[in-house]
Amino acid sequence: MSRRQRCFPIGRFRPCDQNRIMAAAAAVRSSMGLTLRLSRVIPDCSTCPLYKSKSCVNSVANLQRRSSFDSFRTINRHLQTSIGLYHSDEGSSNAEDPEDVVNVVYIDRSGQRIPVKAKVGDNVLYLAHKHGIDLEGACEASLACSTCHVYVSAAHFDKLPEPAEREDDMLDMAPMLQENSRLGCQIILTPELDGIELTLPKVTRNFYVDGHVPKPH
Amino acid sequence: MHQFQTGLGLYFRLILSFDSAGLREQRIASLHSCSPKVCIVGGGPAGFYTAQHLIKARQDVEVDIYERLPVPFGLVRFGVAPDHPEVKNVINTFTQTAKHTRCSFYGNVNVGKDVSVEELQRAYHAVVLSYGAEGNRSIGVPGEELTGVYSAKDFVGWYNGLPSCRELSPDLSCETAVILGQGNVALDVARVLLSPLDILKKTDITQPALEALTGSQVRRVLIVGRRGPMQVACTIKELREMVNLPDTRPEMVVSDFEGVTEALKDLPRPRKRLTELLLKTALETPGEKEQERRNKASRTWGFRFFRSPVEVLADPERSRTAGVRLAVNKLEGSGERARAVLTGEVEDVTCGLVISSIGYKSLPIDPSVPFDSSKAIVPNTMGRVQQASGLYCSGWLKTGPTGVIATTMNNSFDTARSLLEDMDSGTVDVSAAKSGSHIISSLLEERGVKPVTFSDWEKIDNVEMRRGEAIGKPREKLLTVEEMLRVARTVTEDKNVISY
Repeated sequence: MSRRQRCFPIGRFRPCDQNRIMAAAAAVRSSMGLTLRLSRVIPDCSTCPLYKSKSCVNSVANLQRRSSFDSFRTINRHLQTSIGLYHSDEGSSNAEDPEDVVNVVYIDRSGQRIPVKAKVGDNVLYLAHKHGIDLEGACEASLACSTCHVYVSAAHFDKLPEPAEREDDMLDMAPMLQENSRLGCQIILTPELDGIELTLPKVTRNFYVDGHVPKPH
Repeated sequence: MHQFQTGLGLYFRLILSFDSAGLREQRIASLHSCSPKVCIVGGGPAGFYTAQHLIKARQDVEVDIYERLPVPFGLVRFGVAPDHPEVKNVINTFTQTAKHTRCSFYGNVNVGKDVSVEELQRAYHAVVLSYGAEGNRSIGVPGEELTGVYSAKDFVGWYNGLPSCRELSPDLSCETAVILGQGNVALDVARVLLSPLDILKKTDITQPALEALTGSQVRRVLIVGRRGPMQVACTIKELREMVNLPDTRPEMVVSDFEGVTEALKDLPRPRKRLTELLLKTALETPGEKEQERRNKASRTWGFRFFRSPVEVLADPERSRTAGVRLAVNKLEGSGERARAVLTGEVEDVTCGLVISSIGYKSLPIDPSVPFDSSKAIVPNTMGRVQQASGLYCSGWLKTGPTGVIATTMNNSFDTARSLLEDMDSGTVDVSAAKSGSHIISSLLEERGVKPVTFSDWEKIDNVEMRRGEAIGKPREKLLTVEEMLRVARTVTEDKNVISY
């Protein structure tokens, strides 16, 4: 495995925006009061059509310049992520284009409603982290866990693109799976999703001490 | 007196020699800082997730994690398969927790030997046991001790660099390997045995394991289970990986799948999708391209259902295993609760390697801690250890050794919640200061034990990553505790160590 991220361009989203992902991860850490730590990851742009047609604004030169704000570095961090991780740059909230705003409501595990003003292109998992919402993302959006499991409001569920087979495979492992279950890390906000409500499953204290049906491992 | 108590602050109170007991307490409290101190035994996912939740929930809680090995992360480092690097991303979360100001990691400390749980309980307001399951269930059949029979726990530990499994040296010179058990660990073992080396050599599998697998003659792996296709314990992701494994083809027994198609419609979604994939792999005639791929494959794998091991057969000199005798079962009942019942028939399978993947098992580490030997867990209610105050447990030690990282996460958060409730209600009295790591560090020093800090671990981490980079792997793990400690103790960038 090399020090690269696989790039899978989808539609209008820039797939290889490593530093933005890292900035979001940093927002996770700081919003939770944990130590800020950023990693330097070098993306592999060679497979991306935007790069090939020279329409990518995130040239390596730009990334290197921006990465100077990394206070901490780890060498050789291999970030294995899934597609569609683009989210809007929280740094540049100067001109908030009203057409870009997506209103989202998170309903946390205690039932509390938390309205959030998001942008088109935001990733539901990282958006939650940015606002201090208790949604874990153990595998960091690489479709290797089900900790970002959310229930999607009925009115918006069908507006989401069909889950990839790999997402369905991981959803199968989530406790309290419902018809409207999705993995938060795979939901990218679009204008049609305005008003979407995302409920965090109440994972109840039903852990067995009496040798109940075992879960796979 | 009155004028001193208003506006002049602590300084004057300290100077006054006739302070009352109340004032003296205040002075002591401010010196010791009355923050709740929690000790966590075990530096794997359960320990880290419990710590994470505690630290986030209360701004005054301090957490110390004790780990027996010099390196943290438990099964994430030593259990997760080398070709599942995304699952290991959770290490980043654990690293954040470890580097938090209110969290400290102490590796190389053997709780139960270097320090007792009772000593920890005296030093901390609460102790959470999260040391997982280091033993394994034995098959319980004659021949189990023959050369060529290994537990999956040891085999996985071997290819993942667990120091205690370094000398395993499994003999891979046979054509057929039989794996007993059909969970995800069994599938991990099958996949590692059959994966193309091109794939394995880019992972963090240890170099000795890679070399052994390069010389391996294993070409056929049978994954044996007592019950039927609808009771397999593995999950769809792992099954898909087997189905799609390059240069391999599946080999199943069609009659094992009788009645399965009919039962599909009533199954819950996860079981249904898994069974559909199994059926497709076993019964469907493949398309031309897939058929061609299968024809060219040099390795095979398959499930064998309704079979229980009754004996491991030896070669004529009784020096190693030559096969396994399997009893044929039939099912009584259906679904998750179906039971395997012997029919009386037996069947012998020739093989040179038997790997039993029938479950890990927790072990008691300290006589003062209640332990349920039949279930191999610490008896508890919602994470509170029964008949012991101030003692908690999380992870596999609490619920038994099943579940993925996400399961352990929820489990650990629940234990943390129980502890937090108890701190709030006064069941755990946090008003009296405890000295926590100060006293434990002194004890350890007296006993000649030198803990490995998290920044010591980072030296090990860096050495491993640099060694790996040189050969195109994410890391090349250090394989002995001695090596780990040597690197951990380096004071400056020692050139000799880095170009190891």
